[in-house]
Amino acid sequence: MMFARMKDALLTALIAGVLALPMAGARTVDGMNGSAIEWHVTEVTIAVVLIFFGRLALGFIAERKKTFCIPPIPIPAFAKNPNLISCLLIGAAILFPFTPFASRYGLDVAIMVMTYIMLAWGLNISVGYAGLLDLGYAGFYALGAYSFALLAPALGIGFWVALPLSGLIAAATAFLLGLPVLRLRGDYFAVVTLGFGEIVRLVVTNWTTLTNGPNGISGVPRPTFFRLEFARNASEGHKAFHEFFGLEFDPLQRIIFLYFIILFLALVAGWASAKLRRLPLGRAWEAFRENEIATAAVGINRTRIKLAAYSLGAAMAGMAGAFFATRQGFISPESFTFTESATMLAIVILGGVGHPLGIALAAIFIIGLPEAFRDLEQYRMVAFGGGMVLIMIWRPGGLMAKRGATVNLEQKN
Amino acid sequence: MYYFLQQLINGLTLGSVYGLIAIGYTMVYGIIGMINFAHGEIYMVGAFISVIAFAVLGLAGITQIAVMLIVVLVTSLIVTSLYGWSIERIAYRPLRNAPRLAPLISAIGMSILLQNYVQLLQGARVKTIAPVLTGSFTLMERADGFAVSISVMQIIILAMTTALMLGVTMLVQRTSLGRAQRACEQDKMMAALVGINVDRTISTTFVIGAALAALAGFMVTLYYGVVDFFMGFLAGMKAFTAAVLGGIGSLPGAMLGGLMIGLVESFWSSYVNAQYKDVAVFGILMLVLLIRPNGFFGRAEIEKV
Repeated sequence: MMFARMKDALLTALIAGVLALPMAGARTVDGMNGSAIEWHVTEVTIAVVLIFFGRLALGFIAERKKTFCIPPIPIPAFAKNPNLISCLLIGAAILFPFTPFASRYGLDVAIMVMTYIMLAWGLNISVGYAGLLDLGYAGFYALGAYSFALLAPALGIGFWVALPLSGLIAAATAFLLGLPVLRLRGDYFAVVTLGFGEIVRLVVTNWTTLTNGPNGISGVPRPTFFRLEFARNASEGHKAFHEFFGLEFDPLQRIIFLYFIILFLALVAGWASAKLRRLPLGRAWEAFRENEIATAAVGINRTRIKLAAYSLGAAMAGMAGAFFATRQGFISPESFTFTESATMLAIVILGGVGHPLGIALAAIFIIGLPEAFRDLEQYRMVAFGGGMVLIMIWRPGGLMAKRGATVNLEQKN
Repeated sequence: MYYFLQQLINGLTLGSVYGLIAIGYTMVYGIIGMINFAHGEIYMVGAFISVIAFAVLGLAGITQIAVMLIVVLVTSLIVTSLYGWSIERIAYRPLRNAPRLAPLISAIGMSILLQNYVQLLQGARVKTIAPVLTGSFTLMERADGFAVSISVMQIIILAMTTALMLGVTMLVQRTSLGRAQRACEQDKMMAALVGINVDRTISTTFVIGAALAALAGFMVTLYYGVVDFFMGFLAGMKAFTAAVLGGIGSLPGAMLGGLMIGLVESFWSSYVNAQYKDVAVFGILMLVLLIRPNGFFGRAEIEKV
């Protein structure tokens, strides 16, 4: 028994050594002629020895407990009521800007988390409710952002007019794309959406005359509060927010305002998707997700139902994109890479597909946590990837258990 | 005509590399029905190990080309295959019976992890190696001096790819391992009942896929002479597109899809414009899927309630 365990640990350490030695032990640096090597063998050796003992220890623990597993999180009874938690979270979110944590940085992170919550809730409509795996969701996000950034100077419209317009453009694109593509099955559909996301990014990168290419568009208009601007000195014919209310000027006012906009947008998105879920449309989404043929057999139009889910999700991404553009004041193709799509999808799945509350928590976890460790810059992304793998292994259904169909036929015995 | 021929050769070379990577995607998809998003990263790791091995050999003072190539190739094959095996063992095997999307997210996480791990350790800068195999043959020459040529490296890539393709096809069709793979593809439970070690078969599939990706990485390193930590992303994406184009799960389909993507990319960038070559690739994918929803060689799945 002891021997087997030793052998297992030795094998693990050996594999780790082979994996790490070339990659971590021999680092290529730019030398005089071509690449030179900087040796880091000691570190690798230490790591391998640690892995050997770690694996050995793990073996002992596993034996002691027979089946080694991470215990489930203990949840107190009052916290089991999702409505209560939602209300508490919303309350906390509304009060957040007035707490001492609401520094400029804290608010920025909160705005980012909120943006992702909105995006993830939008994506949840197609992935969670309708079961359409979308790998190019950032494409619609980009469309929304660019629609606003390009239309605002051309038509002279402000954020509040452009917001629904951006959503509409994204939804219309989803409609046109979905019309032929939605009849593809599962993973083929996923690949086409992946291609779509890349095409959007490549077009905005390369169409330099329209989008200024990789340099991006700056000077996107800021949002106004009933025509009141957030600036020290309002532009001609307008009033500034602080003048109107007789307040001291503070740049933080604009950030807090942005925070409330995205909070409002996210809550509307969440509320709308929760309502939709209970409408016949939402039931049809779930029905198609659970069993396509059976649902089509009772006479529900497959394309129409799926198109609705896909376009609605896209509309939310478009609006989030418009918000993103107005918040940054600057957009470039870099913000809409596949990594963005992957992050949004990861939030939906880590949170638990189709579970809005879990998704909100996952967004805080995925966006907020790496942000808190910004100082560790490079390690942070390694840990981010590793964290995704570990969470999936630990809870394959997402942090919150996966929710099944809303209505189930009760079997009578 | 001359220009066309030259682009054809370039496109076929590029397509062969995509095809080799695509086989890894298609085999894994065939057997466990999962998009292995980390596969492009495996290819990148393969290329990096090659560069590192070249650098180490260069420092050791070994300059014989044949020895160098063999040592580098073997090192890259072994280490990269082990990466493939470990990824399956760590990130995918625990999720064998999980909901369908769980392994996908695990794979995306693995891909992010590998990319940043390599960037962290090897740096974000582009790595270059001195050209090892140079020389080319002029096939035809036009009056104005434009010559159609094929380099030694291109010949090696085309020949190696053909040989590997034949080898893998034989492996899947003739050997007991291939039989086991096909059995697992059809029905894992039944395969286990008749005594096939399902876990081991899946592991072997990952190792084969990783080895092919390592070869692709090795050849690309020699061909272009540059690698960077981000190269796996786009190559992986195109190779995956190739696998889908050919009909996912089909070996000849993957190869054909790879060649097609290579040709589209090469012709588009030479005749239309270079900036939109990737748009063309994904655009063609959409078009093909609209006409043939299961790719070229994909079997239409019969759905049952």
